[in-house]
Amino acid sequence: MSEEHIKNLEEQFEARIARDEKIEPKDWMPEKYRKTHIRQMSQHAHSEIVGMLPEGNWITRAPSLRRKVALLAKVQDEAGHGLYLYSATETLGISRDEMYEQLHTGKAKYSSIFNYPTITWADMGAIGWLVDGAAIINQVPLCNTSYGPYARAMIRVCKEESFHQRQGYEIMIKLANGTPEQKEMAQDALNRWWWPSLMMLGPTDDVSVHTEQSMKWKLKRKSNDDLRQQFIDQTVPQADLIGLTIPDPDLKWNEERGSYDFGEIDWDEFWQVVKGHGPMNKERMKARVGAWERGEWVRDAAMAYAEKNKNRKDKQAV
Amino acid sequence: MSDKKNWPLWEIFVRSKNGLEHRHCGSLHATDAEMALENARDVYTRRNEGVSIWVVESKNITASNPEHNGELFEPAQDKVYRHPTFYDLPDEVKHM
Repeated sequence: MSEEHIKNLEEQFEARIARDEKIEPKDWMPEKYRKTHIRQMSQHAHSEIVGMLPEGNWITRAPSLRRKVALLAKVQDEAGHGLYLYSATETLGISRDEMYEQLHTGKAKYSSIFNYPTITWADMGAIGWLVDGAAIINQVPLCNTSYGPYARAMIRVCKEESFHQRQGYEIMIKLANGTPEQKEMAQDALNRWWWPSLMMLGPTDDVSVHTEQSMKWKLKRKSNDDLRQQFIDQTVPQADLIGLTIPDPDLKWNEERGSYDFGEIDWDEFWQVVKGHGPMNKERMKARVGAWERGEWVRDAAMAYAEKNKNRKDKQAV
Repeated sequence: MSDKKNWPLWEIFVRSKNGLEHRHCGSLHATDAEMALENARDVYTRRNEGVSIWVVESKNITASNPEHNGELFEPAQDKVYRHPTFYDLPDEVKHM
């Protein structure tokens, strides 16, 4: 293909997206579009998979059967979301094994939030309320993204996600209305998860490298700062309602803007965790790689069993 | 990574209720058709989304090439006479 021909195709491609047309797997697409989508979608899938670990930690210790079935269902949904996203990413020509390899070798990232520890039951509340809350704000605009398989996967994910946030907030309500110790536990979880949740919405607009191109391809509809403001404005009243305090002394309603002003985010901490120096980075990868390696004989045995069955059937047919 | 055989990819189709067609809802990896059905139950119908599942190994699907959409689909575009609105009827005919 000549350079001019490619340029022509690229222009037509951008025009299709601008007209709100969807791009499907077999359509021609610029290499950069393919690569950017593989990167973002696989990281999204990895986040769902690694995201099971901090919560899986509490399934056997949930305080009641009601809480246990809910948490189990939530973690199972996250496995499902990871699978929707992996299979959507495979339509771009990368194999499942390559993606796992990238995760396990640290080449691919996953959401930094999962590198924090879950040390009390209240963390299950804070994760559902704040982490899933921030994830929903990130994900809802993606239901309209330009790549068809990604958009369809996100519609399913978003439909299922709202129970996650509600179950988390319900845990917080219960603890906040419980004994002084329980309320303190809820406040402590909020204190630890608040800032990492704000960081989840990404670096500030002035340093975010992908924003402009991502806006064009509808991988992003709003800037990181706008999403963060939306998250803060919607979450602060929810904390007020249950008598918990957002751990930010600079948080203040700004009448003029109709939004909350908030304090400085510690971006050094964010970059430290991204670079692998968070409290749980090593532990998460160890758990993930360990599960993959310990499961290898099961995967191989299942494949061998299927082949044996097939051979047997083929023989009978002769 | 082992160089043993990877689980093949399957395309999953779900009928949401009787009277409606099966619709493609995604794909998954499984060793054989039976496992693909069982996994599809867990991955795609956790909330009563289906009453019937079809699984087809992805390599068995032949898809048209979007680059040939012209030859393939344009011939239908100038055949307005295939639509009822092409035909003139007197106003007195109410239902036809």
